[in-house]
Amino acid sequence: MGFNFKVDIPIYLQIIDYLKKEIISKKYKAGEKLPSVREFSMQFEVNPNTVQKALFELENMGIIVTERTNGKFVTQNENIIENLKKETIEKMANDFYVSCIDLGVKKEEIIEILSSKE
Amino acid sequence: MELLKIKNVEKSFDAKKVIDGVSFTVESGKIVGLLGKNGCGKTTIIKMINDLLTVDKGEILIDGKKVGVESKKIISYLPERSYLEGNERVIDVINLFKDFYEDFDEEKAVSLLKDLDLDANQKLPKMSKGMKEKLQLVLVMSRKAKLYVLDEPLGGVDPVSRERILKTILSNFDEGSSLLITTHLIADVEKILDEIVLIDNGKVVLEGSAEELREKENSSIDEIFRRIVK
Repeated sequence: MGFNFKVDIPIYLQIIDYLKKEIISKKYKAGEKLPSVREFSMQFEVNPNTVQKALFELENMGIIVTERTNGKFVTQNENIIENLKKETIEKMANDFYVSCIDLGVKKEEIIEILSSKE
Repeated sequence: MELLKIKNVEKSFDAKKVIDGVSFTVESGKIVGLLGKNGCGKTTIIKMINDLLTVDKGEILIDGKKVGVESKKIISYLPERSYLEGNERVIDVINLFKDFYEDFDEEKAVSLLKDLDLDANQKLPKMSKGMKEKLQLVLVMSRKAKLYVLDEPLGGVDPVSRERILKTILSNFDEGSSLLITTHLIADVEKILDEIVLIDNGKVVLEGSAEELREKENSSIDEIFRRIVK
């Protein structure tokens, strides 16, 4: 099955977001070995260089690490993953909050809506 | 490294100039899409790369050498039209390719046949257009070439098969080799491309990295194409 990428956003950015979510939700655990570029390329059905670029960016952020001969791994540093989780939630909350305010919803109502969620 | 270099190429048929000063390069390890609508000159360029047409002006270099016997050894070419016309079985065609090309990997061919649901014992006249296209792709991708040139590999197949064909292309494309693929089905192909060269009326009207173009224009390559080519 193909992956449903949006066509108007660079694919590497979408791969970065996807992998961040997989790491935050511990589908890929701290210290776990990641599939190879080729395997990801087949899974996403995209150009291997696009996968490479996404992994390179994630490595710059410290979220994944390369072991020279073994391939790429999720960082063992739980703090990095915890921070990533916080940042991601913060961003989602902010986007949601701004959209609600744009709709004219008051803060109290937003809190009420959120509290009613199971 | 530049595996394919096309420099100021021109080509006329009778008095009509169909290729008008086209230049672009394909670097090793890259997948490049040669895009344009039907009749824009894509196949003419492909035929010149494969020594089936001569250039009027300009130059085509493959791995630093001019087009000829040596360049054909390192290019695996999928033509736009089918040449599978005989009464043979699939396996006979595979054997023919094995005899003909030093770099043909029979094991790979057999496994690709399986991947694409083709039967080695089926006779060519019993096969549909789509099945023949898949078989030709198997033949082309089973060579260990430096440059794969695929002219409209998705033309006659349904959307489900398109996905499998793209997967086959991706999984069989070695890191050291390059791929030049022409298509007018841009939406189907764009996610596997590194770079695009957009041709209109025999000229290059846009070229660049697919990801950078998406980023810059906030749109898909398909949409950019529709805006430029009227």
